Amino acid sequence: MAKPLNRDQMAWRAAQDLPDGAYVNLGLGMPVLAASHAPVDRDIFFQSENGILGVGALPEPGQGDRELVDAGSRVVTLRDGASIFDSAASFAMIRGGHLDITILGAFQVAANGDLANWDALMADKGPLIGGAMDLAVGARAVYVIMRHQNKDATPRLVDVCTYPLTAVGVVKRIYTDLAVLDIDARGFVAREIIPGLDRADLAAATGAPLTFAADCRDLTAPKFDDGD
Amino acid sequence: MINKQVGDLAAAMLGIQSGAALMISGFGNAGIPANLVRALAPMDLTGLTLIINAIRRLDDCDAALFNEQRISHVITTAFRGPGAMPANFEAQWQRGDVTLEIVPQGTFAERIRAGGAGIPAFFTPTAAGTTLAEGREQRLFGGRMCVLEEALKADFALLRAQKADRFGNLFFRGTQANFGTAMAAAAEITVVEVDEISATPLPPEQIHLPGIYVDRVLQAPRLD
Repeated sequence: MAKPLNRDQMAWRAAQDLPDGAYVNLGLGMPVLAASHAPVDRDIFFQSENGILGVGALPEPGQGDRELVDAGSRVVTLRDGASIFDSAASFAMIRGGHLDITILGAFQVAANGDLANWDALMADKGPLIGGAMDLAVGARAVYVIMRHQNKDATPRLVDVCTYPLTAVGVVKRIYTDLAVLDIDARGFVAREIIPGLDRADLAAATGAPLTFAADCRDLTAPKFDDGD
Repeated sequence: MINKQVGDLAAAMLGIQSGAALMISGFGNAGIPANLVRALAPMDLTGLTLIINAIRRLDDCDAALFNEQRISHVITTAFRGPGAMPANFEAQWQRGDVTLEIVPQGTFAERIRAGGAGIPAFFTPTAAGTTLAEGREQRLFGGRMCVLEEALKADFALLRAQKADRFGNLFFRGTQANFGTAMAAAAEITVVEVDEISATPLPPEQIHLPGIYVDRVLQAPRLD
């Protein structure tokens, strides 16, 4: 029986693709978990769009400076070599193409790389965009971490997004609980698949045509007990 | 002689009138001018426009601006309350009592920066091809679709910083600056609450915002 990855395992898998020397912005939710799973022997600078380049570890409970927070409003520390600036400078950095990678959450990704991650069309609730649209057009590479399907088993990898778009044709790679997929001219291309899952079942869980890379291999991750 | 220090909240908030456009800085719990925002609610103002990154931060200031129906228009990147039920401001928006302009955060920051920098409008790739760009002027630059965005200005900007001197020069701690530096330049009158007013001028190399952009400085402890 194939066991889907949990949140930390998905974040861990994404973190392994962050190269030494990279400047990276992590979105809220699962993406930001990747920071704690990044290989410690690599110098990776995490950017926070409220004005930090070089977010460090979370402080011990009760410690830390409440005037130093990340984009998720968490009190954070700074790593060696970090710097601080204002929001306009931060988004100039983002929009100007200076970040190597952003990893974002999503509701849907389309086979052409369209990203939908800001408006889930919730009745009674106001809209929330934050920095997603700027990150999606500004970073040199846009990766997504999300579950492969919704709870009702409808696909989140789709032909055409039905949720409002965040950006057009930007997503290059997706880390799900079932697979790692790239997007290229063929559409979704599976690079890794969890052991025990039939290729046909992965294709059935995907809402658009799925190609398998010639060197498609097992998707494995260390065990993390994150409660799900 | 320049002395931008004011003695109390009444002096800090002097001149804010009904119909004013207010920029309020802060991100997360950093750089929130909670003393100033809290002082707004009892001021008997109506028809205010708020330009603020995340509207729910007003709750952290314990400010009853929406309860008192002071607000008619909001320009923001995040108009969502916590929880599944609509917050008071969400309900007022749904009833049409409050109008809303939702803006991507980088565009929000740059529109404010442009407002203070004498740039009336600019093109950005952010939001091109999305519903936010519908009905707006779009143009191709270098093969990339971009959206025309207009600068934002305001009557007042409210900020929090760590330290000021009598010239209005500011030093921010941690991530306090966020939208504040841009807002200070984009507003007619900038009011700043600070932990400390230095008796001596701040060292020039440590000034994050020059006093030319600051009109009033109030010493007030961080709320909460």
